[in-house]
Amino acid sequence: MMKWIMTGLIVLSAVFAALTGNMGSLTTAFLEECGGAVQLAISLTGIIALWSGIMRVAQSSGLTGKLAKLAEPVLSKLFGGLERGGKAMQYITLNITANILGLGNASTPFGIAAMREIEREEHNPEPEKASHNMIVLTVMNTASLQLIPTTAAALRLAHGSADPMEILPCVWVTSVCALSAALTAAAVCRALSRRKRL
Amino acid sequence: MNISDLVIPLIFAGVLIYGVCTKTDVFAEFTEGVKDGLKTVYDIFPSLFCLVISVAAFRASGGAELLTELLSPALNAVGFPPECAELILLRPFSGSGAIAVFERVLTACGPDSIAGRTASVILGSSETTFYTLSVYFAAVKAKKTRYALLCALVGDFVCAAVSAVAVRMML
Repeated sequence: MMKWIMTGLIVLSAVFAALTGNMGSLTTAFLEECGGAVQLAISLTGIIALWSGIMRVAQSSGLTGKLAKLAEPVLSKLFGGLERGGKAMQYITLNITANILGLGNASTPFGIAAMREIEREEHNPEPEKASHNMIVLTVMNTASLQLIPTTAAALRLAHGSADPMEILPCVWVTSVCALSAALTAAAVCRALSRRKRL
Repeated sequence: MNISDLVIPLIFAGVLIYGVCTKTDVFAEFTEGVKDGLKTVYDIFPSLFCLVISVAAFRASGGAELLTELLSPALNAVGFPPECAELILLRPFSGSGAIAVFERVLTACGPDSIAGRTASVILGSSETTFYTLSVYFAAVKAKKTRYALLCALVGDFVCAAVSAVAVRMML
């Protein structure tokens, strides 16, 4: 997938830059953003280190296990075949809780830990292929679960909105529709891929 | 004080207190976790780097503006505010880019206009799809992501379509 995204973006960029006469700024962007990418990784390192530390304390003290038990009735419907009360379920629970609370920085290390545990628990005979559980987890993270859209509301306030939070019901409806559509698409794709194999 | 300012301090304090009460060596566990975190960054960095420079190139190429111009008549025809076109194009690739475009829409149309509200709903109900996909799959051996990208984009498309409808019907 990454090879297509990267090649696609760079080829498109070159074509558009040629059309709009932006070739010079394209070159500058490449050279400048190499440093930008490293800076992003450095600030990400701090945040990931912090949340990974907290996650580890919560995990070994048994706190995430308790949280996962609360979430199990819902999550076991979305994620099949994982150990009950196992680490994968615990990290998935943390990841989803962080998303709902709007802790975007925390959800990344939790989500990555969850991906690794899913990989470990599933013993996928074809490890180079993503499993359905991995896809469901990433799709839940590419859709938004955040209850309060703090960034959007803060910027609305800064731009003089009469009621920055009025978008809340619309955001909920939109998020639920987008998430349901993505999860339905995943279920359909899985059914189709199984039929193909028969 | 904002209520959301309480969340993180409460989580940190709560986790540490729970850890001490259950006789966990919180310092040793925390530092082990930090070490795991560093390994995580090491694993995801190459993918992240490729995505960041590709997205930077795309933004510098002026492609988003050009596509917005091309798409505007069609979007107008279906009742989608064309001012938000650049936002839906950029949102899956770049969080900071999307915020910049969002602020431009708010300044140009006003936060309480249809375009401003639609843009707010889009920003509030979507994520940086390609960033998430590349980072999550960088951490595991699975390089064939099968239907992950397709399903994620279905979600993004529905998000854009529903946001315009919701703003018109509910606000």
